[in-house]
Amino acid sequence: MRTTRALLAAAAAAALMLAACTTDEPSDTAAPDETAAASEDPGAGGEDEETTDGEFFVRADYDRQLAQRDIAPEGDPATPWLQAIEPEYVDTAQYAQDGNTLCFSNASVSNPWRVTGWITMQQQVEVLQQQGLIGEFRVSDAADDDNKQISDIQAFIDAGDCNAIIISPSTTATLTPAVEAACASGVPVIVFDRGVNSDCMVTFIHPIGGYAYGADGAEFLVENLEPGSTVLPLRILPGVDVLENRWAAAQEIFADSELEILGDEFTGGDGAEIKNLVTQALQRGEVDGIWMDAGDGAVAAVEAFEDTGNDYPVMVGEDELSFLRKWQETGMTAVAPVYSNFQWRTPILAATMIWAGEQVPVEWVLPQDEITEDDRDEFLDRNADMPSLHYAKFGGEDLPGFPAAWQDR
Amino acid sequence: MTVTTRQPAQGPAPQRSAGSRAGELLARVFGGGSGTVFALLIVVFAAIFIVNPGFAEPPSLMAFLKQAAPLMILAIGQYFVIVSGEFDLSVGSLVGAQVVIAAALIDGEEGRTVPVILLMLGFGILVGLVNGLITTLLKVQSFITTLGMMLVLYGAIRLWTGGAPTGALSEAFRQPGRGGIDMSVVRQLPWALMILIGIVIIAVAVMRSSYGRTLIATGDNDRAAGFSGVRVWRVRTLAFVMSSVAATVAAILIGGYAGVTAQVGQGLEFTAITAVVLGGAALGGGRGWVVAAMAGALTLEALFVLFNQLSMPSTIRPAVQGVIIIAAVAYAARERARPRHHQEVPSQQQSNEA
Repeated sequence: MRTTRALLAAAAAAALMLAACTTDEPSDTAAPDETAAASEDPGAGGEDEETTDGEFFVRADYDRQLAQRDIAPEGDPATPWLQAIEPEYVDTAQYAQDGNTLCFSNASVSNPWRVTGWITMQQQVEVLQQQGLIGEFRVSDAADDDNKQISDIQAFIDAGDCNAIIISPSTTATLTPAVEAACASGVPVIVFDRGVNSDCMVTFIHPIGGYAYGADGAEFLVENLEPGSTVLPLRILPGVDVLENRWAAAQEIFADSELEILGDEFTGGDGAEIKNLVTQALQRGEVDGIWMDAGDGAVAAVEAFEDTGNDYPVMVGEDELSFLRKWQETGMTAVAPVYSNFQWRTPILAATMIWAGEQVPVEWVLPQDEITEDDRDEFLDRNADMPSLHYAKFGGEDLPGFPAAWQDR
Repeated sequence: MTVTTRQPAQGPAPQRSAGSRAGELLARVFGGGSGTVFALLIVVFAAIFIVNPGFAEPPSLMAFLKQAAPLMILAIGQYFVIVSGEFDLSVGSLVGAQVVIAAALIDGEEGRTVPVILLMLGFGILVGLVNGLITTLLKVQSFITTLGMMLVLYGAIRLWTGGAPTGALSEAFRQPGRGGIDMSVVRQLPWALMILIGIVIIAVAVMRSSYGRTLIATGDNDRAAGFSGVRVWRVRTLAFVMSSVAATVAAILIGGYAGVTAQVGQGLEFTAITAVVLGGAALGGGRGWVVAAMAGALTLEALFVLFNQLSMPSTIRPAVQGVIIIAAVAYAARERARPRHHQEVPSQQQSNEA
């Protein structure tokens, strides 16, 4: 009995030691431990021989997205949801029709970003319904379940009376066949937000992308921190391509800098977890900058500095109002990368354009500009009455339901 | 730690001379049995101090206790249910629901803080009553009842808020979880710690009262308890209510600590159950010490800190944590496997019937 006990104690000790030994693994190259299911990048056009430095890093896409940030989009800057970066238009005359039943398969409304966008989309639909351009708007919500979304899409196809199908896919690879089936039914298909590995849809609408988002924050840290400063990256989850792209881009930029990167932590997006991790990192040593792959809980990270009596870090947040307000209140050095929430309006407008036989971009790349200290106050003024989990660049200020619709959610 | 606070089902400690008391204490802590959790706690803390001596400074320790308090309170609540022979899987969802309810109802208005907290307590009691009455009167296994409650709360909150939390907490609401009394040595004496101490005192008092003894007797063998005049349904329902109230207090502290996010509370039920088991309580009921359950929660939190201080990659942490927990519980079980004064066989049969 004694020996078993000793054995168990030894096993526990060994487990600790083994785990401790693996810590010197460098985290400044593309992380090798991210072994989630393969997910090819939708925008890559399926070319396999591209330079891939890691499972979630395709250099050509990275370079393209970073370049797109500096290209002036076509269209009126007052309506960014109708702007497009280097659009290649496609003829839609074949889809011109009088029918106006619009069907939307939504991945989920499981985070504040999606909730905000979903409200904007509904408001846009209402306007067009009053104008008689859209008749019935049919929606199914898959609650982040791939299988549910596949059957949702199939149900739209089987019903046979959708005049256009909008799809916001929950995951890239799994939803591809379902989207292809929708295309094959002859109905115009519009995909937005996350992509699929197919080009069968009439238009794929998305902001510039995850690499640009990750790079915006990382570049800001490199510019605003002295060489040798420490940066703590906080990530939500491993293995989700939209988030992995952001991190891959940040790693790429950090690798060329003289910043010291303090591992990378997964937070699950939970404020308490974020606050714990930051507090503990501060107990271990100095933290000069925080990089986040999404701004949910950015305020909790900032509070960890306040509660432990440390100076504010250089902070990468997001255009969520709670963070923008905290930023204004504290005057810290920060940037808010934006994953353009106004993209939720675009697919609705695209559907009516397609029905009218107007040309739309094949790949509709929407602008994606971060909020800096210069325009922060302007966005806060515009959203003064909005709740804290609202996104500043939601792009619905001109819709008749503003502001009440976004206030009571 | 005193031997006298040990719960009664453990049986009286053998008589020893005063001189061998210290040796006995050491043997108790490191010798397996329910002392194991304290041994593990000491080892983990020692490791943290070696890796980062800065952690031993009072401000760091206070920050740690502030962060650990909600889980410790949850573990105390879960202890009541587990020792009575049941499970409460709904606490994680309940914490999430309570924080979301608080944010939506307070919506940044300071004046609403107290009414909303009272409402939350009422809601917590209601959830506990429903859990308890369905389990005891309708004879649905608590694993299923509370699993159902977990899903009901999760779904209802999403339905109500349209998928993601809205509103904002008031500054006053955030004080218990975030604030404290500023003082020199420790920087801040957190309210959370004082609330925790209050709850521990209440919990110990409850377990030493006649209700506490009845609770353990019920968990050990509910039929025997019933024959001896215990109203089993009332005893167990009250345990569920205490668990839900503890979850509500934890929600107030967690919401105060970190604000509202959509993920608040996720997975906390299993962390709390793990903490209670790590503290030496038997799943199935009838054995366990509330202070050890709390120490289990503290140990888990300390393990997270240790992993962090070692800069262990986040991907490997759950695996290492799992190995340590299994090893610790197995180590403790060596002691328990020896024959004891009271009969264990009937208790194991009983545990499935509730």
